[in-house]
Amino acid sequence: MNEKLIQFLKNKVKWIREETLKIHKIAPDTRIASCLSDIEIFAVLYYGKLLKFNPKNPKWDNRDRFIVSKGHGGVSLYPVLADLGYFGKNELNNVCRNGSRFGSIPDSMVEGFETINGSLGQGLGVGCGMALGLKRKKSKSYVFVLVGDGELYEGSNWEAIMFAAHHQLDNLILIVDNNKIAMLDYCKNIINLKPLENKFKAFNWKAKVVNGHHVEKVYHALNEFKKDKGGRPKVLIADTKKGKGVPGLENNSLCHVMSLKPEEVDRLVAK
Amino acid sequence: MMSEILTSISARKTMRDVFIDQLYERMHEEKKLFFLSADFGSPALDKLRKKFKDRFINVGIAEQNLINVATGLAKEGFDVYAYAIAPFLTMRAYEQIRVNLALFSQLETVNVNLIGVGAGISYDVAGPTHHCLEDIAIMRVLPNMILFSPSDWVQAKKFVDYTIQVKKPKYIRFDGKPLPHIYDEAGPVDFSDGFSELREGKKICLISTGYMTHVALKIAEQIEPAIGLIDVFMLNSIDEKKLFSAIKKYDVLITMEEGFVNKGGMDSLVAYILDDNCASPVLRRIGFPEKYIFSVGNRDFLYQLNGIGEEAVMELIQGYI
Repeated sequence: MNEKLIQFLKNKVKWIREETLKIHKIAPDTRIASCLSDIEIFAVLYYGKLLKFNPKNPKWDNRDRFIVSKGHGGVSLYPVLADLGYFGKNELNNVCRNGSRFGSIPDSMVEGFETINGSLGQGLGVGCGMALGLKRKKSKSYVFVLVGDGELYEGSNWEAIMFAAHHQLDNLILIVDNNKIAMLDYCKNIINLKPLENKFKAFNWKAKVVNGHHVEKVYHALNEFKKDKGGRPKVLIADTKKGKGVPGLENNSLCHVMSLKPEEVDRLVAK
Repeated sequence: MMSEILTSISARKTMRDVFIDQLYERMHEEKKLFFLSADFGSPALDKLRKKFKDRFINVGIAEQNLINVATGLAKEGFDVYAYAIAPFLTMRAYEQIRVNLALFSQLETVNVNLIGVGAGISYDVAGPTHHCLEDIAIMRVLPNMILFSPSDWVQAKKFVDYTIQVKKPKYIRFDGKPLPHIYDEAGPVDFSDGFSELREGKKICLISTGYMTHVALKIAEQIEPAIGLIDVFMLNSIDEKKLFSAIKKYDVLITMEEGFVNKGGMDSLVAYILDDNCASPVLRRIGFPEKYIFSVGNRDFLYQLNGIGEEAVMELIQGYI
């Protein structure tokens, strides 16, 4: 990974953050804090070309599958997909508008999204089925699944975690957006998820923790995971900050339900 | 029709074994068929899971993951069968069914066939957790789901081809007990109509589904003058016009199902069709009243206890003759 790519990714992260804030300005129903913690992950996957994809043929059989299970957080993927040509950039003005297909929780009627999202704890199990299906088809494609750490409270995830390890789904890569805040409080005050890495390891997954806002580290970790075909599913625990980059929002225990005023967005984007 | 009805004592078989045997045969040719079980078996399943090790998976006692994994496989182009005990399949995993089958299939092809065993009170002595009296109502309410409630193993066998041809999510509710057949194995079953007029009669008609069709048949054979009997087996995709044509000549309709009455089950389907056609025959509903069953006993005992046995229905009919 050269300096040029690192800078390119950083520039894209800045742009995605601005575009996501602008979407929030026209669509205040979007959960902005949740959308701000996973931006580096999206940038690395798409602009770092860790995903195989084809915007002109979103269902291309050889694509890597990417499931954005943390539903609200998928809004920051809209600008990425528009930029790559899945749909027109003008569509970014239509988020949450009457008659639009771009909701505050993206579903698979939007090109580039694989599943129905918003009901937490389902994406990983579906991803297991896809990973198993790809193996049976002798496909070399990967399945990436993004979940929030709060989403891991859903017990169905742990059914899937056991399943993936037993069936040696080494084409499955889970990314946990570990922003440490659910809707009402810090996870440590709800039910402490620590030690999360060791939980996955105990379930026979390969697990790694990185700073989820450090594009180089996220890139290297995911790239290593792709090369590892050692029979274990892999999880990247990306330590992130919910509401990243927005004073007052960032790491606020209630930031999930907080919105920004239009003038705040203008001020942040102008910076 | 009448000639196709075999009421003599015939071989008792479970719907699941006949269905799985037929599926086993098809899996040799159809390489995209995939069978998942939530640690639930049957004698017929033993040879399937031995022969098709790559296309059989036991997901463990984990119905939520059963549905999710089935969805992922279906998304990759497989025709999937997801097999479990009916109340756990439909109620433990209801939201997975709603999101990944009902919602998702409106956007994409999702051929997941849920096979629930233990419809109604077929697990009679196992108690209320294993009784399944809500499934018709809760699955009927989901758009895009096909709901198949067969009364015998001949229908179950013939439905295998339908599951492969019709690429939509389905809920198949099988009785848990071995039962004799009602339909002729050599005859046709019309799944597009979704019902079959087993007997024609005058004035009174029984409309039944699942195991209750066996009870209804036994009753109808004893009544003179002859009463009608309609077996309803497609509960979400029935030809409503044809059904209304078949029932409109009767003055008294008696619905019979192993489910709670007045809760959105088959009785509600019939009531809706009557309403929609501004028809108002007498409609009586046989099924379980709104309470769970904690008394232990076999099917006949529990029927009697809840006032829905053969004798109770006979008495009800006599009042209208």
